[in-house]
Amino acid sequence: MKIAVCLKRVPDTTAKIVIGGDGKSIDESGVKFVPNPYDEYAVEEAISLQEKAAAGETVVYSLGGASSQETIRTALAMGIDRGVLLEGAGSADGMVVARALASELEGQGFDLILFGKLAVDDYNHQVGAMTAELMGLPCITTVSHLEIENGGVVAEREIEGGVEVVTCRLPAVLTCEKGLNEPRLPKLKGIMAAKKKPLEVKPVELAPGNMEVVGLELPPARSEGKIVGEGPDAVPELVNLLRHEAKVL
Amino acid sequence: MARILAVMEQRDGTLRKVSHEIVTAARLLADTLGTTVDALVIGAGPVAGIDALGGFGADRVLTVEHEGLGLYQPDGYATAAAAAADGCAAVMCAATATGKDLAPRIAAKLGAAYAAEITGCTVDGEHLVATRPVYAGKALQRVRMTGTAVLSVRPNTVPPAQSAKAGAVEAFVMPTFTPRVTVTEVKAPAVAVLDVAEAAIVVSGGRGLKEPEHFSLIEDLAAALGDAAVGASRAVVDAGWRDHSAQVGQTGKTVSPNLYVAVGISGAIQHLAGMRTAKTIVAINKDADAPIFKVADYGIVGDLFEVVPRLTDEVKKAKAEG
Repeated sequence: MKIAVCLKRVPDTTAKIVIGGDGKSIDESGVKFVPNPYDEYAVEEAISLQEKAAAGETVVYSLGGASSQETIRTALAMGIDRGVLLEGAGSADGMVVARALASELEGQGFDLILFGKLAVDDYNHQVGAMTAELMGLPCITTVSHLEIENGGVVAEREIEGGVEVVTCRLPAVLTCEKGLNEPRLPKLKGIMAAKKKPLEVKPVELAPGNMEVVGLELPPARSEGKIVGEGPDAVPELVNLLRHEAKVL
Repeated sequence: MARILAVMEQRDGTLRKVSHEIVTAARLLADTLGTTVDALVIGAGPVAGIDALGGFGADRVLTVEHEGLGLYQPDGYATAAAAAADGCAAVMCAATATGKDLAPRIAAKLGAAYAAEITGCTVDGEHLVATRPVYAGKALQRVRMTGTAVLSVRPNTVPPAQSAKAGAVEAFVMPTFTPRVTVTEVKAPAVAVLDVAEAAIVVSGGRGLKEPEHFSLIEDLAAALGDAAVGASRAVVDAGWRDHSAQVGQTGKTVSPNLYVAVGISGAIQHLAGMRTAKTIVAINKDADAPIFKVADYGIVGDLFEVVPRLTDEVKKAKAEG
C-alpha cells in the first residue's frame, strides 16, 4: 500500500496563547511547536500498516513555512519513508488548503490518505473531508478503530451515544481520532535515520478563498468565583446558590 | 436576500433535539438578513418531530425520503444538502459528530468556505462574520465569509426559542448520488449515555478520584442532577479509566453546558480550555490553590469523598422539594 499522511505544525497544547500585534494571529515568540497530536495517530497508523504488510511506501506532506521541515523530520524519525513540504503561507480557509493538497496528491497513486481529525490550532476539522471530496474519493472522518482487508475498509467512529460502523473501498481518505492507536516515540536510531531520509521542498502559493480572518481575541475572562466553604458542611449553601443565584437546579 | 438552509438531524426516524437549536440559530440570522429559513430533513421515511420546526422559525420544511438514507450516509446527505443549498446565503449544521462530518463535504461540493463550531454570527454588508473558538477555546477567531457560508453551530450556544413561522412541508427531490462510503450500523451502548458535548449538565471526574471504581460517585451525582453527562479529564482517559468520548479539553471535547461540575480535577490549561464557556462552573478539590478555582463560579475546598456524596444527597432533596 502507498500511504500519504498530511501533517500540520501547531503550538503545543500547553502553550499560553498571546494575541499578536496584527490582532489576527498569535504571538509565536516563545511558543513551542509540535506535530498536531491527531496527525500523530495518522502517522502511527501509516507506519503500522506498512509494518504489517512488510511492503509499501509512506509519505508525509505538510503545508507551511520552512520550520515545518522539523515537524516532517519528527514523522520521518517515527518511521515514515519520505517527506514533502509544500512551502508557503498557510490559510485559515480549509478549502484553500484542501485545494492545494488535492492538486498535489492527485495522480500519485495513494491507496490511503490519512489526516488527523482536526488541527488543535484552528479547529477547522474540514481539510481531510474536503480533500477527499475534491479528489472524488471515499472519506471516513474521526476514525477510532480501523480494519483494512483486501482493499475494503471497515472503520468505527464515535457519535453521540453510540458508534457508527462505516465501510468503503480503497483508495480512501481517513481522518484519525484519539484511540485509534498509541503513537510511538521516535527512537534515537530513527532520529539519526530521519536526517538522511528524502525531504522534498516545493514552493506553493495558495489561491485566494472565501474566508478571511478579521480578528483574534482572548475570550472574556470569567469573573472570579467564590469559595463557598470547606468540606461537606459547605454543600447546603452550594445547593442554595445553584438554585437561587445561578438558577441551574 | 438569499435563504438560510438549516440541516436537521434525525436518529431512528425521530428529529434530534439539537435540530431545534439549529433552526433557532438560522432564524436569528435570517431575521438579521430579512430572509427565510428552510429546514432540510433527510430520512428513509417520515421523520417524527418535523411539525415542531415551524414553531422554532422554519418557513419551509424540505423533506427527502430515500430508502437508503435512514442512517446518516455522508455522500447522500451531502448531495441532498448541496442541492438544497443552491442560492442560499448560509447553510447551518449542528457541530455534532454528524454535522462536523457533513458540513465540509457540503462546502467542498459548493466550493464554499466553512466555519466550524461557531458560537456567533453577525452580518457585515454582503458578508457573514462568524465567531469561533480556536486553540480549544483559548482564543476567539472572527472570520469574514464571502458567498454561501457553510457553518456548524456548537451545541448549547443557541437556546431553542419559539418564533412561529409557517413550517410548510414540501418534498425535496434530491439528485442521484453514488455512495462512496456506507454507514452499515450504529452500535449503541447497553445503557444509553448522554454525550458531554450536548448535555445541559456535565459532571467530570479527574485524578482526585484515585481509582476508576470511584467514578460511581460522579455517576451518582450526575443521576441525581438528571439529564447530566459524565465527563473526564485527560489524565484519567489516558490512564484508561474512562472512554475517550468522555474527555473534556483540548484533545477531547469542548463543552458549553449550563452547569459544569469539576470533581478532583486540578484544571490543566487544556482542560480549562474545553469547559470555560460553561455558564456555571462548580469545582470540588482538596487543593485550595488548584487552577480550577480560578474559573469556577462556586468552589468547595475539601475531600471529594466526603463532599460529593453529600452533594448528591442535597441535590436529591432539593429536587424532591421541587
